[in-house]
Amino acid sequence: MAEPIVLRHRALPELDRLDVYRQNGGFRAFEKAVRSQSPAEVIQIVKDSGLRGRGGAGFPTGVKWSFLTPGVFPRYVVANADESEPGTFKDREIMERNPFQFLEGIAICAYAAQANVAYIYCRGEFWDLTGELDRKIAELERAGLLGDRLFGTNYSLRIHTHLGAGAYICGEETALLESMEGKLGQPRLRPPFPAAEGLYGKPTVVNNVETLTNLPPILERGAQWYRSMGTKQSPGTKVFSLSGHVERPGNFELPLGATFRELIFEHGGGIPGGKAIKAILPAGASAPILPAADDVLNSGMDYESLAALGSALGSASIIVLDETVNIAWAEAKITDFFEHESCGKCTPCREGTYWMKHILGRLIGGEARSADIELLRSVGSGIRGKCLCALGDFAALAVTSGIERFGTDFEIYAVNGR
Amino acid sequence: MSSDGVRLTIEGMEVNSASGTLLVDAAKRMGIDIPVFCYHPKLKPVGMCRMCLVEIGRPARDRATGQPVLTEQGAPVIQFGANLETACTTQVGEGWQVRVFSGKAIEGRKAIVEYLLTSHPLDCPICDKGGECPLQNLTMGHGPGLSRFLFDEKQHLAKHLPLGELIYLDRERCIQCARCTRFQDEVADDPVIGLSQRGRRLEIVTYSEPGFDSYFSGNSTDICPVGALTTADFRFGARPWELNAAASICPHCPVGCNLTLNTRRAAGKDGRETVKRVMPRQNEQVNEIWICDKGRFAHHYAHSADRLSTPLVRENGTLVEASWEAALDRAADRLGAPGAGLLGVAGGRLSNEDLFNFRGLIEGLGGTPVLDDWMAGGDLVRQFGVSRGTNLGTLGEGEVVLVIASDLHEEAPIWWLRIKQAAERGAELIVANARPTRLDSYSAHRLRYPPGEAVRATLSLLGALTGDPGLRSYSPDPQTVAAATALRGAKNLIVFYGNEGLDYPGSEALARASARLLSSHNHQGRPNNGLIAVWPRANTQGAWDMGLRPSPMGLVGRLEQRPSVYIVAADPVGDDPAVGQLLKDQRGLVVQDLFLTPTAQLAEVVLPAQSFVEREGTFTSGERRVQRLYPAVPGPAGTLPDWRIVSELGRRLGLELEGGSAGQVFARIAAQVPDYAGLTYTELAASSRQWPEVGGPDLYYGGTAYDNRQGLGVQLAPRPSGEPPEWVAAASRRPGGDLLLVPISRLYDRGVTVLASKLLSLRLAELKLAIHPEDAARLGLLGASRAELSWDGRSSTLEFSIEDSVPRGAGLVPRSTGLPLNRPTEVRVRPASS
Repeated sequence: MAEPIVLRHRALPELDRLDVYRQNGGFRAFEKAVRSQSPAEVIQIVKDSGLRGRGGAGFPTGVKWSFLTPGVFPRYVVANADESEPGTFKDREIMERNPFQFLEGIAICAYAAQANVAYIYCRGEFWDLTGELDRKIAELERAGLLGDRLFGTNYSLRIHTHLGAGAYICGEETALLESMEGKLGQPRLRPPFPAAEGLYGKPTVVNNVETLTNLPPILERGAQWYRSMGTKQSPGTKVFSLSGHVERPGNFELPLGATFRELIFEHGGGIPGGKAIKAILPAGASAPILPAADDVLNSGMDYESLAALGSALGSASIIVLDETVNIAWAEAKITDFFEHESCGKCTPCREGTYWMKHILGRLIGGEARSADIELLRSVGSGIRGKCLCALGDFAALAVTSGIERFGTDFEIYAVNGR
Repeated sequence: MSSDGVRLTIEGMEVNSASGTLLVDAAKRMGIDIPVFCYHPKLKPVGMCRMCLVEIGRPARDRATGQPVLTEQGAPVIQFGANLETACTTQVGEGWQVRVFSGKAIEGRKAIVEYLLTSHPLDCPICDKGGECPLQNLTMGHGPGLSRFLFDEKQHLAKHLPLGELIYLDRERCIQCARCTRFQDEVADDPVIGLSQRGRRLEIVTYSEPGFDSYFSGNSTDICPVGALTTADFRFGARPWELNAAASICPHCPVGCNLTLNTRRAAGKDGRETVKRVMPRQNEQVNEIWICDKGRFAHHYAHSADRLSTPLVRENGTLVEASWEAALDRAADRLGAPGAGLLGVAGGRLSNEDLFNFRGLIEGLGGTPVLDDWMAGGDLVRQFGVSRGTNLGTLGEGEVVLVIASDLHEEAPIWWLRIKQAAERGAELIVANARPTRLDSYSAHRLRYPPGEAVRATLSLLGALTGDPGLRSYSPDPQTVAAATALRGAKNLIVFYGNEGLDYPGSEALARASARLLSSHNHQGRPNNGLIAVWPRANTQGAWDMGLRPSPMGLVGRLEQRPSVYIVAADPVGDDPAVGQLLKDQRGLVVQDLFLTPTAQLAEVVLPAQSFVEREGTFTSGERRVQRLYPAVPGPAGTLPDWRIVSELGRRLGLELEGGSAGQVFARIAAQVPDYAGLTYTELAASSRQWPEVGGPDLYYGGTAYDNRQGLGVQLAPRPSGEPPEWVAAASRRPGGDLLLVPISRLYDRGVTVLASKLLSLRLAELKLAIHPEDAARLGLLGASRAELSWDGRSSTLEFSIEDSVPRGAGLVPRSTGLPLNRPTEVRVRPASS
């Protein structure tokens, strides 16, 4: 494995202690930025690095920051720690083991955005971790690394944590902002985008935990260094959360563009029990399923290569399914998840996920006819392109890609039944 | 077509729309219906239901140069997006081509309807909305003919869930469009209902106690696109297609909301035609498409079993039933008797026709007609009222509204709603009151004055505005100076004045000061400028216009001269026991009313009149809009409209009053009252196309409020006869009391026109004294359970509440809740045990 950037704690024991973190260069990048770099310079470095959002959409981070409406204050930075994608467990490790690098990343982002307040929105189940983050923030304030007039400049920054109430949709940045404002967690109409009207109607940057944690090394070592890893269009490293039928599940930080084969068979130790690999879910529940054919296994894991395969990298939660898994069954599980998590704001997602769940339930229960598969495909494709946010499309794609790529798995249930 | 608009084509038709127009509205104005559920033209777009999906093609631009890409023929290349887009959230764009009825768009919308119906019970045969239901109509127009959803997977949810006692929720029918919650939030600012849970479990819940606690709750049922929200008094009461409709005007306050009364024969043999529900009728210049819950639910008094339905005459000390002939003969005999003169007392809920005839009768007999009221200034409103074309719905930036001594949320809710929205559009609002009211939070300036000192506060504002040296003693505080600065910069100015904390001379002084405020900077004779009185009754302004006014000396002073008395649509005994003492021994008292009121109980002759749902006439609103009401149901046998009864009395007394029809009476008004010169019933019944379109085929868009084909009414032009009268000095409070007891208005009081509606009984104002904590301590009330008040030789023991919002030195008591008090009064207070 290459030198870890985000999972640096794996090379440096006790990196979650402030003294250790500082001995290893911690907060030098933030201090340098505040003392000697303008926000615009910081944004330019991040743009030059090619860093893309690690929450799933892969939007260039520096570009996102540059959309902040000029001249409107206060501004806010929100760290999206609502890590809820099935099979994704990278942000938790970062925040538990490398918290100061994450917090320094927030601080750098806040300085670049000229925000004096930043929030960390944690999923409700992270209550223990949130308490730990509160203590780390207090420690930073005592050390003069957060607070008023930092490093003798006029720049001040406070960071607060905020617990969600257990909704997948609140990982969608506008639903997250609604939730933070105390409202029902439902996505907002866009535009306006958060960079124009975000938290409390003010310009806001929402970035994923992993994205933010990349910032201190990028500022410390420069954009060119960062671009030396990964691919041209997907520079840097990525934490891949590997789970499912593999010998060694876990988080693996690899350069973007590393192959599925390398991740699954080299780092993950292959499929247990000598079984054959059947399919890969490359982004948890939120991207079309891929048959584990050679062209897929040999493909690089980066934003462009996954799009070329008819799927997406998303948050890079790689779930491996072996030959024992019926894909219709797997998609039924995924559909249950989406139906449970649909916020209900828009009709096709609210009603369509419910309908798909029922058809799949009938199918898995052996009570469906072949014609129901066509109905399922039709209901799924009817959802696509009609929803307010991406959740509905994800739910539909799971089903339609499953039928398209593993049609016989569906037919088996329908024809043979129980 | 103007060149500054946005040009695009919708379904191949070219249109030039104002920049910022939503596609759905641009299409609607062209006559193209894009179906919607969640979108409503009076609410902000949310794009939730996804029903309005269309295909949008935009001119292609070269990525490098940003220049439009052209075909070989030089026409712009149009690129259609991969996905359908919501027309309700998308603003028109230059050069776009919008396809509403392409195969892709039709298929997309068909899918949305199919999804919606998977969780809908399709219980149209028992649904109150059936027949006027957007979901039903749009399903027929846009849905698939056949369902692919297995019926046994239908969900079953609560179907009779009271959100409060007024509004019921059927959870199965709700399509989660959030129109109701958004109306309550954005328009009514009573966010007492909201969505809870998520996905299919999303449901409307109420957060308030009592449930759905808002004066505007009924409107949510009009804009609900399904039968999820229904009103308690209409649900399961009738099918929409069985209903007859009659236009009317709300009789409860001076706003003059346009109504449609839906009627049907009551079930059973010989069932009477009955008002089944009251609906808003669109008048964008008056009430838009809204009405308050009092207007919607308080009409049941018209069908009360306690209504008088036959004339009564007193025989041997007892009121007994009599024929109309006998009763009218007796009444005419008493009113025509020579003696100490004739006093006629009429109430402001009568129509102009009634009041015109009434004045003709009383003056024809040499008597004095008096309006039963305690508020002055109707003559000033005639002269300096708002001009033709005034529309609160258009007020915004640069315009100022001043509200003095009135709690509009309680007294005239729709004015409150529209002024609040004007403030949200940028109009500068100044609220002057002795206590906080619901309008304060939208105001730019809040002027607080000691209880009873509204005149003093207004004079100091006038002084700050005009620099009149005579007003120097009313030195303005900094807030008043700031408000005066706003007034000075006002493009337009409307002043609303009430009479909270004022007696009759006080309200006269306030009206004069208000008229002076307007005239000093020439805020007269132009639309959106002028004086509006917040009258206690719907047609008080009409009464002034017809030449009636209150007796400055009060009724007691008049009655002490022992005249003959004829009282119509007023209950002075119920309002003031001192009047009862004088009328107790009155011989020949004639009373005309709907109910056997305390006043009627003292009468020698009682004449049964008709309520607003049964008769024809006109009301003149506080904005001086003359509007027609039409009979919706026949009056109870044995009742007559007031104008007719008065004309019958006239005939017996040798006076030729019009008695043929209300329209003929109005023709005389038009001939004899200069302000109304030339007006005809036909003109009052004229209407024109209004935006947004509602009702009928457009109910999917604007809701089930009725469109207005029965008349928008006519706003009268003010007729100033010179400068407003000089301001008069503010009277000082008389010493000798512990508290100034101030009657305040509450929407749901205990008057006869509210009490009969049992539905509202849980929300009626309680008779209770509210006082400031410091006063409670000063008067030794802490620890006491009740307070004994005494004044003018009377006393009353009341429960009390201690509230920080009550001004020091004042005690607030809701009007018409049992304490007969209609003007502020100095009272002595001592603790009393229960």
